[in-house]
Amino acid sequence: MVPRRADDLMTLALDPPRLVETRPLVEVQALSLRYGEVQALRDVSLNVMPGEVLGVVGESGSGKSTLLRLLNLEETPDTGTYGLDLAGLPDNLFSLDRYARRMLCATRIGIVYQNPHLGLLMRHSSSGNVAERLLVAGERRFATLRAAARSALEASEFPLERFDAPPAELSGGMQQRVQLAKAIALEPALLLLDEPTTGLDVSVQALVLDTLKQLQAARAITMVLVSHDLGVIRTMADRVVVMRGGRIVETGLADQVFQDPQHPYTQQLVHAKL
Amino acid sequence: MTLADFAHRGAASSYAFLDASAKRELRRKMLKAVCVPGCQMPYASREVPIARGWGTGGLQVSLTLVTPKTSVKVIDQGADDSVNAASIRRFIARVAGCPVTTDTCTADLIQSRHRIPEEILRPDQILVLQVPNPEPLRPVQPNMSVARQMHADADYGRMWLQLYEEIVRSGRVMQGSAYPSLVNGRHVMTPSPIPRWDVPKLHMARHLTILCAGREKRIHAVPPFTRVEPLVFDDIPYRVEEHANLTCAKSRARGFFMNELPQADGSAIHEISDSGYGEKSIRLRDGETDVRGQTWYRDGRMT
Repeated sequence: MVPRRADDLMTLALDPPRLVETRPLVEVQALSLRYGEVQALRDVSLNVMPGEVLGVVGESGSGKSTLLRLLNLEETPDTGTYGLDLAGLPDNLFSLDRYARRMLCATRIGIVYQNPHLGLLMRHSSSGNVAERLLVAGERRFATLRAAARSALEASEFPLERFDAPPAELSGGMQQRVQLAKAIALEPALLLLDEPTTGLDVSVQALVLDTLKQLQAARAITMVLVSHDLGVIRTMADRVVVMRGGRIVETGLADQVFQDPQHPYTQQLVHAKL
Repeated sequence: MTLADFAHRGAASSYAFLDASAKRELRRKMLKAVCVPGCQMPYASREVPIARGWGTGGLQVSLTLVTPKTSVKVIDQGADDSVNAASIRRFIARVAGCPVTTDTCTADLIQSRHRIPEEILRPDQILVLQVPNPEPLRPVQPNMSVARQMHADADYGRMWLQLYEEIVRSGRVMQGSAYPSLVNGRHVMTPSPIPRWDVPKLHMARHLTILCAGREKRIHAVPPFTRVEPLVFDDIPYRVEEHANLTCAKSRARGFFMNELPQADGSAIHEISDSGYGEKSIRLRDGETDVRGQTWYRDGRMT
């Protein structure tokens, strides 16, 4: 990992007070995870400030999605800690039992998967997919569920005339919007996005990214965005983490990383893109 | 002590078709089921001389509980005289030497397929319900290992979602029988495939209900005075079948769960589903003194 402290400090001094005045919302320390013979993550540490969009880039197999699964508490690492700066939570979320993890993910962490089949129930209605999140959190009024689903789908710019259409009958872009609505329905503290625009055509990509940006601007949701598309990261992220072979090889503010990459792998990535 | 001594000691329980060890297994699992209301307990289901899916679970429980003095009633969809009910009743009477009855009020043990009698059961009566599929999560989670985890976590969001979807598609909950119900505020169970009409009868009932699935090898129970609450949204109330205004063509009884009998001219008449109660109503109409017990429903309304 190449430290960029001097540059970071200079930029932080110029800009957003949110980046310097508050404690990190997400604090990850020394995460390592091995799948059999494969070391998927090695000693990964990172922080995400409230309201920040952290981009995670890297080639296939670099550990991006594994990191996201850990942040969504779907797995437990071999070593390392993960904390969310929210009231009532332990310092290390991996110490929570399965039930507490499920409730935390249902209420405070939203996720949008690359593959909508992972995040959606394809035969249920779109509104039902969003309502499910509220049902898990304990909402039991039908009218409230309908209203909340409508509001979340509207916020993700989903066409409301298709409110009760099952995702199986929708286009890829629409399915991602339903996923997004589901993820933001309970106004999560942390939104995880795993390649949300991969597989969409360029115009739909632009629409989904635009929606994400609007949401971020309106609600200041903290996001961790995983993508191998540097264009997407550049458009969305405040700060970037570059991963390779399960390690973080470079981190810094997005503009700096793209304009002046330090690590040879990042240089390769950026130039390949350019 | 020899192995023969053990066998000799169990001889008194090796009665009513099942051997002592089968009964011990069932007793233990019934006790567990009573201790954790609504929670499905796996048990070693034995072979009995009826086919799986025809009431083997209920029969095993009945054979375990029955004594020579137990008065047994068996009903099938409310009827005492169906082939299945008559066969099971005759079998229990033959192997246990116990008396049988069709009167709910005089029975000690009632084995039922898919109905709860209309007359209120006493605390000393036991209702045994035959259950074809005890897992309420099966429609939403076909993987039973995951379903068990969901029960452990009280993760019933998908069940609620199913109800949500039915209301969205049809304007009302379409689940006609086996309505998912929360027992004691903890476990969701399928209360056998009893109609919606019967589910409120289980709520805070004075009697013990044991539900047993022989094919699926699961027992669950609703002990006396236990909450049984159908899953409903706060703003959409639970509704039973609209049978309150129907009159039984045979007994003229009104306000009970009815069977619909289509007629050749396209119309339909109705007949009270609980045949024992229907028979009592006919006797009352014919001038006998009232032999009917108190009922859960009065004029079609839950009392």
